[in-house]
Amino acid sequence: MAAAEKQPVTITCAGPLNGVASGLLTWVDQRFPLMSSWRDHLAEYYAPKNFNFWYYFGSLAMFVLVLQIVTGIFLTMNYKPDATQAFASVEYIMRDVWGGWIIRYLHSTGASAFFICVYLHMFRGLMYGSYRKPRELVWIFGMLIYLCLMAEAFFGYLLPWGQMSYWGAQVIINLFASVPVIGPDLSEWIRGDFVVSDATLNRFFAFHVIAIPLVLLGLVAAHILALHEVGSNNPDGVEIKANKGADGHPVDGIPFHPYYTVKDTLGVVVFLMVFSIIMFFLPEGGGYFLEYNNFIPADPLKTPPHIAPVWYFTPFYSILRAVPPMFNSQFPGVIAMGVSTLIFFLLPWLDRSPVKSIRYKGPLFRAALTIFVVVFLILGYLGTEPTNVWGQFGAWLGNADRATVVARIGTIVYFLFFVLMPWYSTIDKCKPVPERVTW
Amino acid sequence: MSDQNVDKGKRGFLIGATGVVGGIAAAATALPFAGSMLPSERAKAAGAPVEVDISKLEPGEMKIVEWRGKPVWIVNRTKEMLEGITKSEANVSDPKSNEPLQPEYAKNEYRSIKPEIAVIEGVCSHLGCSPQFKSVEAKGEMGMEWNGGFFCPCHGSKFDFAGRVFAGSPAPVNLRVPPYKFVGDGKVIIGDDSKEA
Repeated sequence: MAAAEKQPVTITCAGPLNGVASGLLTWVDQRFPLMSSWRDHLAEYYAPKNFNFWYYFGSLAMFVLVLQIVTGIFLTMNYKPDATQAFASVEYIMRDVWGGWIIRYLHSTGASAFFICVYLHMFRGLMYGSYRKPRELVWIFGMLIYLCLMAEAFFGYLLPWGQMSYWGAQVIINLFASVPVIGPDLSEWIRGDFVVSDATLNRFFAFHVIAIPLVLLGLVAAHILALHEVGSNNPDGVEIKANKGADGHPVDGIPFHPYYTVKDTLGVVVFLMVFSIIMFFLPEGGGYFLEYNNFIPADPLKTPPHIAPVWYFTPFYSILRAVPPMFNSQFPGVIAMGVSTLIFFLLPWLDRSPVKSIRYKGPLFRAALTIFVVVFLILGYLGTEPTNVWGQFGAWLGNADRATVVARIGTIVYFLFFVLMPWYSTIDKCKPVPERVTW
Repeated sequence: MSDQNVDKGKRGFLIGATGVVGGIAAAATALPFAGSMLPSERAKAAGAPVEVDISKLEPGEMKIVEWRGKPVWIVNRTKEMLEGITKSEANVSDPKSNEPLQPEYAKNEYRSIKPEIAVIEGVCSHLGCSPQFKSVEAKGEMGMEWNGGFFCPCHGSKFDFAGRVFAGSPAPVNLRVPPYKFVGDGKVIIGDDSKEA
């Protein structure tokens, strides 16, 4: 796309506004790339015409991001980041502030909605090989967004200063204490105190409301700019730019606006219907979106009988629990948990398949992805439950907890999905990819 | 000016020198920001010893007190509980308390000054949750040869009544025993073991 086009833009909307509006637009356009941005990213951004259901979740994630920012701003108007007042101020928002309860639930359950959208969005990428060349940077920016989201969720969860807030933060910060040599000092530096305290709450508030959101917004912009530079992938994994018509536009592409803006609007409407049902009838999601223990004020002397992170962290939490201590240290478990999130970054280089989309990939990759998803879900479930949820094996296995053994096997399979990918994606029997997209 | 007249060596040196000096300045500027996140003087001052009256602590009873923001357990162990510690000997990973997690005077079988009075930091050596008291009766749910002790709800670590970790738990080492001393009238001071007074 020639960037230096400076010709005046003709507006096609008819009507009496024409003269004034187009005059204003020309004035702006001579000073700011308004119409060219509109063209490059919406009206003349050609996206493949075969997008399906899975392509809703990127725009939905953006919608939820806006929702989180708006509700977050209104929450800060009444929230007090102070260990003696935080819990009460959240209850004040819930009970005494007009509309406060729904703003709070929109925000706290919106976090779960965000992760649902992002996980489905990532799964879409896994299915259709959207991380493959030339979209490696799109994927990497996306992964950085995911890490920011996890940080945002973690910092935010401390703010209501409930029991789960407190003990969740205690556990996660102590993960850093297991880093050899500098660990104890590092965790003290993160907390700003010897225990999770007012100092910790105050700085987590700063990270949650300003530091991480700024980074997040920048990354979202980078994610979209990178995507629009290389063009969207599609369920067939066919590069539509390889087949352009006489007008220079991809034959299998359609302008993002109005075609996909309309489609994504439908997605938002359906999302809002489901989300409203949750908001009005099931805002805490049965303890999965907002844990019951978090309605008890933080008590540094008493850990709740069962603590678990919110569902979106539980697969990684299961991996942490599954790795036994080695050399008198839990650091190997922490490393395993860290690597289990970071390993996604390597996907563009682990997948050696000649085709992108699962539609043309062979049985090995399909089986591997299916097993991975099942294992991810099992690990996710086990992370919400105590380790003795399935009882114990007999003496033949040293009375080990069944759930722990399953989590250990799951952890191994989780990593094998990535580690063996260069091998099974190479020897897989792929099908021929069509010249043009299908639907 | 054409490129031929540029002294590339000089330019490279100037860029490098500016980068190094600027980098040092940036690092120095970062210092107060990073430092501001350390525990403040007020937080450091809040770690004074606490005095606890244990004269009314019945055998088998446990008291939780706060010291430096952490829970500290004081348990008046019964004969049965002490026997349980002996029976657990074979199943704990550090029966002799070789890891320096207790003051020298508590490096013994019961990890305490007086055999019956246990003073243990109730902070799991895994990730800092506070384990729960589980009596011998909890045999069923503990699912092992259980002689009583503590169970961490977060990640399932198990400890005996001396705070020694059972082999196979996520927790790598025993629970910590804080410095403490007994003073007259059935009182114990936690956080101070100096000889005087």
